[in-house]
Amino acid sequence: MSGHSQYVPQSAPAKWLEARLPVISLIRGSFVDFPTPKNLNYWWTFGGIAFAVLVAQIITGIVLVMHYTPHETLAFASVEHIMRDVNYGWLVRYLHANGASFFFIAVYIHILRGLYYGSYKAPREISWILGVLIFLVMMATAFMGYVLPWGQMSLWGATVITNLFSALPVVGEHITTWLWGGFSVGNPTLNRFFSLHYLLPFVLIGIILLHIWAFHTTGNNNPAGVDPKSEKDTVPFHPYYTVKDLFAIIVFFIFFAWFTFYLPNFMGHPDNYIEANPMVTPAHIVPEWYFLPFYAILRAVPDKLGGVLAMFGAIAILFVLPWLDTSKVRSAKFRPIYRWFVFLFAVNVFFLGWLGGQPAEGWFVTASRICTVLYFAHFLVVLPLLGKMEKTRPLPASINDDVLASGKAH
Amino acid sequence: MEHTNTAEPSRRDFLYLATGAVGAVGVGAVAWPFIDQMNPDASALALASIEVDISAIEVGQSITVKWRGKPVFIRQRTEKEVSEAKAVKPEDLPDPIARNLNLEANAAATDVNRSAVGKEAWLVMVGVCTHLGCVPLGEEGDFGGWFCPCHGSHYDTAGRIRKGPAPENMLIPPFQFVSDETIKIG
Amino acid sequence: MTFKLFKTAGIAALACGVLAGSPALASGDAPHIDEQSWSFSGPFGQYDKAQLQRGFKIYQEVCSSCHSMHYLSFRNLAEEGGPGFSVDEVKALAAEYEVTDGPNSDGEMFERPAKPFDRFPSPFANVEEAKVSNGGAYPPDLSLIAKARGTGRGWKILSDVFTQYQEGGPDYIYNLLTGYKEEFPACAGEQDNYYNPKFIGGSLPAECNGGHLTGGGIAMAPPLSDEIVEYTDGTPMTVDQYARDVSAFLMWTAEPKLEQRKRMGLGVLSFLVIFASLLYFSKRKIWKNVDH
Repeated sequence: MSGHSQYVPQSAPAKWLEARLPVISLIRGSFVDFPTPKNLNYWWTFGGIAFAVLVAQIITGIVLVMHYTPHETLAFASVEHIMRDVNYGWLVRYLHANGASFFFIAVYIHILRGLYYGSYKAPREISWILGVLIFLVMMATAFMGYVLPWGQMSLWGATVITNLFSALPVVGEHITTWLWGGFSVGNPTLNRFFSLHYLLPFVLIGIILLHIWAFHTTGNNNPAGVDPKSEKDTVPFHPYYTVKDLFAIIVFFIFFAWFTFYLPNFMGHPDNYIEANPMVTPAHIVPEWYFLPFYAILRAVPDKLGGVLAMFGAIAILFVLPWLDTSKVRSAKFRPIYRWFVFLFAVNVFFLGWLGGQPAEGWFVTASRICTVLYFAHFLVVLPLLGKMEKTRPLPASINDDVLASGKAH
Repeated sequence: MEHTNTAEPSRRDFLYLATGAVGAVGVGAVAWPFIDQMNPDASALALASIEVDISAIEVGQSITVKWRGKPVFIRQRTEKEVSEAKAVKPEDLPDPIARNLNLEANAAATDVNRSAVGKEAWLVMVGVCTHLGCVPLGEEGDFGGWFCPCHGSHYDTAGRIRKGPAPENMLIPPFQFVSDETIKIG
Repeated sequence: MTFKLFKTAGIAALACGVLAGSPALASGDAPHIDEQSWSFSGPFGQYDKAQLQRGFKIYQEVCSSCHSMHYLSFRNLAEEGGPGFSVDEVKALAAEYEVTDGPNSDGEMFERPAKPFDRFPSPFANVEEAKVSNGGAYPPDLSLIAKARGTGRGWKILSDVFTQYQEGGPDYIYNLLTGYKEEFPACAGEQDNYYNPKFIGGSLPAECNGGHLTGGGIAMAPPLSDEIVEYTDGTPMTVDQYARDVSAFLMWTAEPKLEQRKRMGLGVLSFLVIFASLLYFSKRKIWKNVDH
């Protein structure tokens, strides 16, 4: 990571520190002098945006823990205490609740960018795999966080999701009992979810650092998908990308603020303002919107174990994506057919998300099944075959050439 | 490549300066809610004053009530205790100041300044040792007042420090008699 | 660059348009909720203090005999952004209620007049007692009811993002309170139920559903009637007005920091827009001499 720094310590304290712990050259090498392709577009800012939202989530989360009580008889009331009595408590809680949604928005765009520009391909497979791991851990974190307010959706969402494990043969029942610490979702479940919900974001930070380390070792991918060849192709990260990322982060926070201050409950569900009641199930249980595509896949399969496997498979397949795509060309910019398929894939996932929010009846079920097949077909059929059949456009000789060519086209 | 003219650098500097300044203001504004959330919340502030019924306290008896999470001693002192306390000159005390929030900050630690206005038998005092915050024991110690078991501070019958490590007399909270039988603290 | 962004956004919008064009096929018999106009909607929305005070009176004189208001304290009535009672008014108002306190020094619980820091007393000691007293149906706590109720918005959610629609709760309460249809007694289902086409929690007997009726049987009798609560400020004493006022009051009990939130939102958004513009120009300056 520090290999890109030309930093030579000047002052005596800096020399002293550098000889013992080269943290200044590490930071400079990674986030100041780091040579970054000069053609990164705004889709590339969503990694930084996601990280900024994560930091905001950790800060607001630490504050909420100062006032929240993880107990089945007190949790709901303590959230109301935060909303009504704690100074700016309503602000911190609405930031945290909406922050979860905006974290997913940023990460979904970030993933889509990776798909479109082939960022998962050699030599960036490890970076991609770590990214999928981040996605999994943040899903677990978000799920457990949604349980903490102990509303009706918290309890019943937790019940439904933990029951997924009961689909496993032989050990299933034991696993759910173990997860619950009882015979249903109850106080022990709430307490362990609270503990893990606090732990996992810090695990995320760790994986994110590895994720960055990996693509700083290989160098960033870029919209042209060709490697930088000379100094003409790159600019130092600072000030070029620090200012660009910061600008994008602030613009993203305009949307974040719009929801937090004016539509704070838009992403939520009314039933979660009813305290958890283990005797009454709400009429229509839906997970948070960011889980809906996977929820639709779960329900599309008319078999308990099959549905669970399909749902986890939909994420697991991302781990092997680098080896499913047989095309040597990274960027969809030079893949005229693939760019349509990646677009269709995004629409399909969007549509699956919509289906996940509908009741599991009538033509919704049929549509979910078709969309589920299309989801897997993209990875298992389209990507392996397309790489062999597609006639790609000629790649530019360098990033600089590509930039100059696009400049003329405009 | 464009040629940079001489006016360019200063305009550029101003833009960067303005951006940085606005950013700094933003960081400051964001910091405040995150600091203020740790201050006492609205439900705690609502309990900041309490009313206590003292009709059942006989001469020589005391009760302890909770105010802002701390014990407050309310004692109807005997005549002997009052006269003992009155016999001491404030200037001879380790802490010559009354430490009474109902009076001026520099009021002398006379017994009158320590007791309730017009009702000198009554002593209302935050029962927290001024050394390190323990709760002293009543009718104990070398001066017949209070004794702190943590580090051995002795207080007299007016709650004034007489011996030991505590630096100040015990605090008299803001209070008043709402009626002959009710005290409002806070 | 900008062109590319627009192009991508355009494609995304097109996709949404294609999807939005398909017919909304939510379950057919969901109640239709008529949207009302509220003083607290939109970016500059604020509560109408006089309306909240009237709504509180309705809660006090009508609703509170069955419904608790667990998360509200008397002091809230005098807090900023609320109905605007004075501290002394709240003290006097609280003193009209008796609350249980204790144990005293004899180890016994005792009754005393309520103080501003006390919670609103509940009409029933517990859920079981509430059920027994109400024919088996539990009258829900009303503190959060305006955020705990709502109907599916279908594709309207797309425009809700821009119109900042967050009034599904009060709209629903108003519709429910004014929606009773006594001409369909058979649709009420069980005995002692009342038919309300706006009720989202009830079920409809099979023989009643031929006419594509919405809603279902509700255990709560129509709680409001004209002139049931005395208004002294000349506001019409009608069911419609009562329903409006109590819905607004319940929005406040559910979202007491709404005014502070919207006010701060305006400041935060203005700041972010200014800061983003400055960053945009800084970014342009920095990138000026780089082809990208």
